[in-house]
Amino acid sequence: MSTLAAPPLVVSRTDVLARPPSTLWRDAVWRFSRNKLAVSSLAVVALLAIMAVFAELLAPARYDFSVLSEANQFPSGRHLFGTDAVGRDFLSRIIFGARVSLTVGISVQVIALCIGVTLGTLAGTFGGWLDYIIMRFVEVFTALPIWLFALFLISVWRGWDAIVGGGLINVILAIGLIGWIEICRLTRAQILSLREKEYVLAATAIGASHLEIARRHLLPNALAPLIVAVTLGIPTAIFTEAGLSFLGFGINDPLPSWGKMIADSLAYVRVYWYLGLFPTLALALTMLSFSFVGDGLRDALDPRMGERR
Amino acid sequence: MVVYLLGRLSGIVVVFIMVSMLAFVLMHSIPGGPFDEEKSPLPPAAKANILRKYGLDKPLWEQYALYMGSALRGDFGISFQSPTETVIQLIARTWPTSMQLGGLAILVAGTLGLTSGILAAVYQNSWIDYVVTFMSTLGLTVPNFVIALWLLLVFVVGLGWLPTGGWPGASSDDFKTLILPVVTLSLGPLALVARYTRSSLVEVLHAEYIRTARAKGLREHAVVLGHALKNAMIPLITVLLPQIPNLITGTIFVEVIFRVPGLGKFFVTSIYLRDYPMIMATMLLVATLWSTTYLLSDILYTVVDPRIRLYGRST
Repeated sequence: MSTLAAPPLVVSRTDVLARPPSTLWRDAVWRFSRNKLAVSSLAVVALLAIMAVFAELLAPARYDFSVLSEANQFPSGRHLFGTDAVGRDFLSRIIFGARVSLTVGISVQVIALCIGVTLGTLAGTFGGWLDYIIMRFVEVFTALPIWLFALFLISVWRGWDAIVGGGLINVILAIGLIGWIEICRLTRAQILSLREKEYVLAATAIGASHLEIARRHLLPNALAPLIVAVTLGIPTAIFTEAGLSFLGFGINDPLPSWGKMIADSLAYVRVYWYLGLFPTLALALTMLSFSFVGDGLRDALDPRMGERR
Repeated sequence: MVVYLLGRLSGIVVVFIMVSMLAFVLMHSIPGGPFDEEKSPLPPAAKANILRKYGLDKPLWEQYALYMGSALRGDFGISFQSPTETVIQLIARTWPTSMQLGGLAILVAGTLGLTSGILAAVYQNSWIDYVVTFMSTLGLTVPNFVIALWLLLVFVVGLGWLPTGGWPGASSDDFKTLILPVVTLSLGPLALVARYTRSSLVEVLHAEYIRTARAKGLREHAVVLGHALKNAMIPLITVLLPQIPNLITGTIFVEVIFRVPGLGKFFVTSIYLRDYPMIMATMLLVATLWSTTYLLSDILYTVVDPRIRLYGRST
């Protein structure tokens, strides 16, 4: 206590104005920074992002560079994570795998945002038959487990190979076409509830323009849940990609996918245990840190939301 | 209530029709059919015959109408991958295995999840609570094929206690093969149950009637199990019930990893081989199952908690 300066007894008007106003975002940053788990997870996410962006600089070799005479080597000083069945440095493949995973995670969320926000806004703003049709579509997608649907889409895609192209784009499109449901529902619900809020009425009453209301009141309130949904959507997309690749319907060799690497390791699991261990650890760590960041953001942005699933 | 039920049921029908149309149209938009063979193409006359046999030469809407007509009578056609069986026979042969696996997993998840959830709530903020919270976070976040591999590495490769895979009745009569698939599959729902039991029990334990029960001198386990748990169970129903159809498809990975000959594994081969009738039937089956369990869980909700009434349309 002694280190703190005594508060001035008389608060002058300039002091009050000089203190930065407490905004939603400033509060959120403060609350987030107090959450140790979320902050350390954010550090892991940042590390993953660095790995993904600078893979060429960080990895000892390229992901598809194979030396057949060095195949199936256990972890050693020369190859920290060992080598796979065709003699590719496994650490390099894990590092490049981060790029694939993050690319899928982020691109899927971009697609999901485009579709979800558009449809959600349409449904929420216009209502009526448009709302009915969009919501039935949402129900159709919720009536099927995402796995079944993704597998089904991929099976259709495989027939269209010539049109749609390689594995990575297939996977991103398939997952993106399923991933918009939550965002659409959220956007619609936000628009419906925010329109009725008293503070919007109050802002109108004191003469704020539509633009001002949208910028100051609607957007920040609608944005917070969307940010959380997108952050939590990234690990789901990464997991779905890994699962599809695991089953052999996702990303193809030589492009490294953690899911594919896990599937490939199964045949040798009794001998070359490290081939299974490293990609599973990478995947688990990614999923956990993204989820913790998402949970932390949710708690920070809206402390009242609490546990909601 | 009746109005509500009718509304929900008609909703299910609309969704069912949309799912079937979507799946049907998408599947038939694929260039090339199941009888386009590259290595030894059939003579055109023979191919035309086969196409006629399977009704693939008719216009799309007619194929759809015919298909739905027979599907409603329980006839989903003949599977392309094993032409000696109808799709229904194929499903009847493989589904029981998946159901055994899923059923055992639900059982394990329900009992262990409930127990660990109760323990975590009663000993809140103790080491038990932290272990349960940690494990349920792991179970909810980490994909089950990752967990399967870890279990495989520890119990099969490391300790050598358990076999790598198989299923009693199919490949061996060794019941030890059950353990790993069931444990892997149950971890996700177990984590969910534990987390919900814990949070709802913690909330209930602060209620006033619990204080009353304690004040009149009831023993602690009577308070927790007799009074608190009953109300804490309500959210559990909505959590556990929708897991049932989830488990049927969630078994895909577990069945592939541990070589369990169930429906999930068959579905994967159907996708490889583009076995339309089989894919269609599985999609429709799961969609129906999924929507009915959701409806069922809403109805059960009112049974467990008479304060909840269902009316109007749900959003």
